[in-house]
Amino acid sequence: MQNQQDVLFQNKVDKEIRIEPKDWMPEKYRQTLIRQISQHAHSEIIGMLPEGNWITRAPSLRRKAILLAKVQDEAGHGLYLYSAAETLGISRDEMYHQLHTGKAKYSSIFNYPTLSWADMGVIGWLVDGAAIMNQVPLCRSSYGPYARAMVRVCKEESFHQRQGFDILYTLGKGSEAQRKMAQDAINRWWWPSIMMFGPKDDESPNSIQSMKWKIKRFSNDELRQKFIDVCAEQVKVLGFTLPDKDLKWNETRKHYDFGEINWDEFWQVIQGNGPCNKERLEARKKAWTDGEWVRDAATAYAAKNKAA
Amino acid sequence: MRLNICNGTQKFMLNKIEFLLHLADNALIIGHRSSEWCAHGPVLEQDIAISNIALDYIGQARNFYQYAALRLNELPPESSVFNLPATEDTLAYLRDANDFKNHLITELPNGDWAFTTLRIFFFSSYQYFLYQQLIQHEDAQIAAIAEKSLKEVTYHLRWSSDWVIRLGDGTTESYQRMNTAINALWPYTQELFQENNFLQPAKNILAQIQIDWNEKIKNVFEEAGLPLPEKSIQHKGGTQGFHTEHLPIILTEMQLLQRAYPNCEW
Ligand SMILES: [Fe+2]
Ligand SMILES: [Fe+2]
Ligand SMILES: [Fe+2]
Repeated sequence: MQNQQDVLFQNKVDKEIRIEPKDWMPEKYRQTLIRQISQHAHSEIIGMLPEGNWITRAPSLRRKAILLAKVQDEAGHGLYLYSAAETLGISRDEMYHQLHTGKAKYSSIFNYPTLSWADMGVIGWLVDGAAIMNQVPLCRSSYGPYARAMVRVCKEESFHQRQGFDILYTLGKGSEAQRKMAQDAINRWWWPSIMMFGPKDDESPNSIQSMKWKIKRFSNDELRQKFIDVCAEQVKVLGFTLPDKDLKWNETRKHYDFGEINWDEFWQVIQGNGPCNKERLEARKKAWTDGEWVRDAATAYAAKNKAA
Repeated sequence: MRLNICNGTQKFMLNKIEFLLHLADNALIIGHRSSEWCAHGPVLEQDIAISNIALDYIGQARNFYQYAALRLNELPPESSVFNLPATEDTLAYLRDANDFKNHLITELPNGDWAFTTLRIFFFSSYQYFLYQQLIQHEDAQIAAIAEKSLKEVTYHLRWSSDWVIRLGDGTTESYQRMNTAINALWPYTQELFQENNFLQPAKNILAQIQIDWNEKIKNVFEEAGLPLPEKSIQHKGGTQGFHTEHLPIILTEMQLLQRAYPNCEW
């Protein structure tokens, strides 16, 4: 049943008028956004782990500084996004709690291990690349605080992608061992990267409503195809190959055809059975638990000094 | 790195290069430790803050290494047995632990947040007064790096002082942890003021830095309600290349790729 408020709300959305925190919104819209934004925030934070891994092992001081700055940016993204979610009436602590108890999800890509320096290149190129593809449309999300957070995030993501591409480009011009390292990393990350766009459209039940509310603007399959088309060209510039024997330009479709995605793996990782699900969550829980006395002390100190 | 001494002017230059390496090593190693917090901080805002501090340190290290490399490459090749031409990366990645001249305090493992912030407090107080001297250095490049770094260090000092005060005057647990950190770190503080043959500017300046440093520590500890430690054993040797067991482990990790795949571009 559609009531007056629902109709007014949908009219605003249709006219591209931004929804702001104080505006009326359907409860389902609020819940969907909380889920989506907090998932995104968690992904930024969990995403710091696989790359943070290599900061102390970066092969030059310049690369070290760039990687550290990049991972720090991801923390910043987490911060903007948690703040955007908070405008919908959920606290950051509550979102952490959902993450730590496994109730909230995060992007499955971060459940794969980073095994060599080349992984830093591939993550920048493919993972940040896929994130950009997903996120640029979110800069026009109907929800104001989310859209504004995404504008800031996307600016930095394109720098992330460039530094990743640059790492791979350098490896590609390097020694045999470096080229091997890079190709191996591309082989491991390619399929998980194209899974980042989510299940096929006919298996993505929430999508239709989200499109109508303009918190999603393109379908999973559309974005995935666009990403594959871009990467299939870029990989040639790098001088490497993508691990898909069915990848082929289709003149009729004007798109690249590609092989069957292993959806079983996709669902396994989402359900927590990926290679690093446990480690990633444990690392976040440990940071949070170990930090508890610090946060308590800061709170106690602030309270004393307010009183004084 | 052994540097063979040739004549007076070169000896002067070699001392300067060793001094630059000392400054760079200090910044790199404490930067390495600080960067280990990235993605593991107690709260997101502080994760960002300490990553920022790590970035500043690595930036300082790069400036000093780059300048040391420039000066090294001007020396006649026979005066150095080290890989030439030197770059910031050959200096950071291809020297062994006993070539590193950092103070021991920078290489100790991070411990908890009390240890980490207290270490940065002790060390940035030292850097703060040292760089204030170095901005008047007769070498314009050293003076310029010191001036740029001093802005960063001023922030590190404020940030870490705030944490020492907050934890000292926070909860019983945080007070106790800060106390434990003081006892663990104090034996590594006096090395900061120990004379060594390459240290510039003039040696008596260290005595002044020590006086200023003591004053700063005293004031912050007073505000935090923390006791100043009694005299304790003091460890030293870092500036001569005698390190703790931690430094070779840091370097094994840090230098991994440069050592495993020599002569590569990254
Ligand atoms: Fe991000
Ligand atoms: Fe993102
Ligand atoms: Fe990113």
